[in-house]
Amino acid sequence: MDSLRSSVGLLAGLLFGFGLALSGMMDPARVLGFLDVAGAWDPSLAFVLAGAVAVSALGYVLVSRMRKPVLAQRFEIPQSRPITASLIGGAALFGIGWGLVGLCPGPALAGLTLGLPQVIGFVAAMVAGMLLHRFTAAASGK
Amino acid sequence: MIVYLSALAGGIFIGTSAALLLVLNGRIAGISGIAAGAMRPLSRDTPWRWAFLVGLLFGPLLYRLAYGAWPVVHLDAPWPLIVLGGLLVGYGTRLGGGCTSGHGVCGLARLSPRSIAAVATFMAAAAATVFLVRHGGW
Repeated sequence: MDSLRSSVGLLAGLLFGFGLALSGMMDPARVLGFLDVAGAWDPSLAFVLAGAVAVSALGYVLVSRMRKPVLAQRFEIPQSRPITASLIGGAALFGIGWGLVGLCPGPALAGLTLGLPQVIGFVAAMVAGMLLHRFTAAASGK
Repeated sequence: MIVYLSALAGGIFIGTSAALLLVLNGRIAGISGIAAGAMRPLSRDTPWRWAFLVGLLFGPLLYRLAYGAWPVVHLDAPWPLIVLGGLLVGYGTRLGGGCTSGHGVCGLARLSPRSIAAVATFMAAAAATVFLVRHGGW
C-alpha cells in the first residue's frame, strides 16, 4: 500500500511538473506579466488556474461519493473554517514574495531541474523561510 | 492563441495531478505543504511526498522530451530581491497554510472560504507589489 501510494505521488508530481512546464507558469517573466494588471497585462495564465480548478473540482465531486480514498484509510482535507489573521497575513507575505520574483513554490521547485543559479537561490531562501516558520511556531508554542 | 491553449492544457495536467492524489491517496496537492511536510520527521506521508517532489523535478524533463526544448524560465530579478522573495514565499505559505496550488487549485475547487480569502489576498498583494515595483518609481 505504501509503495502504491508513493507511485501515485511520483505520477502526480510528474503530471504536475509537466503541466507547469506546458502552462508557462515556470517563467517568472510571464507570471509578472500576468500580475501586472496596470501595465501590458498578459491574462493567459488565468487559464492555467481555470483548467486546474475545473479538473480538480471533478476530483472533489468523485470524492464526495467515496467513503475513503482508494489507497488510504481516510481523506485528509483541511476542515478548519475560520478566516484568521495568520491566514490573511501569511497569504499577504506570500503574495509580496511572489510579486517580487514571479516564482511560487511549484514552479520554483520544478525549475531546479534547469539548474539556473537564481532559481536554486530562490528555493534555498524559500526552504529557509519554511524552516524559520516551523521554529518560530514551535517557540511560540503553536 | 497558442499561449492560451498551452496554459489551459497545462492547467488540465495540474488539475489531473490534484484529482489523482485526492482520489487515490486522499491528500491535497499543495506544493508548499508537500515540501514542508517532506522535511518533517519521518511519517507514513514522508515517502509519497518525496516521490511527488522527485516527479515534480522530472516534469520539465518530460516536457523537454516531448517538445525538444526546455520550458522558458526568464528570471532577471536582482539577488537581494530573489532572496527576500524566497524567504517571504517560504514563510508566508506556511503561516497562511498554502500557496497557489493548495489554496488556489485545491481550495478553490472545493469552494473553501479560507482558500477563497487566501487567494484573493495573495493575488491582491502580488499585483500590488508588481505595481509598486514597475510603476511606483522604486
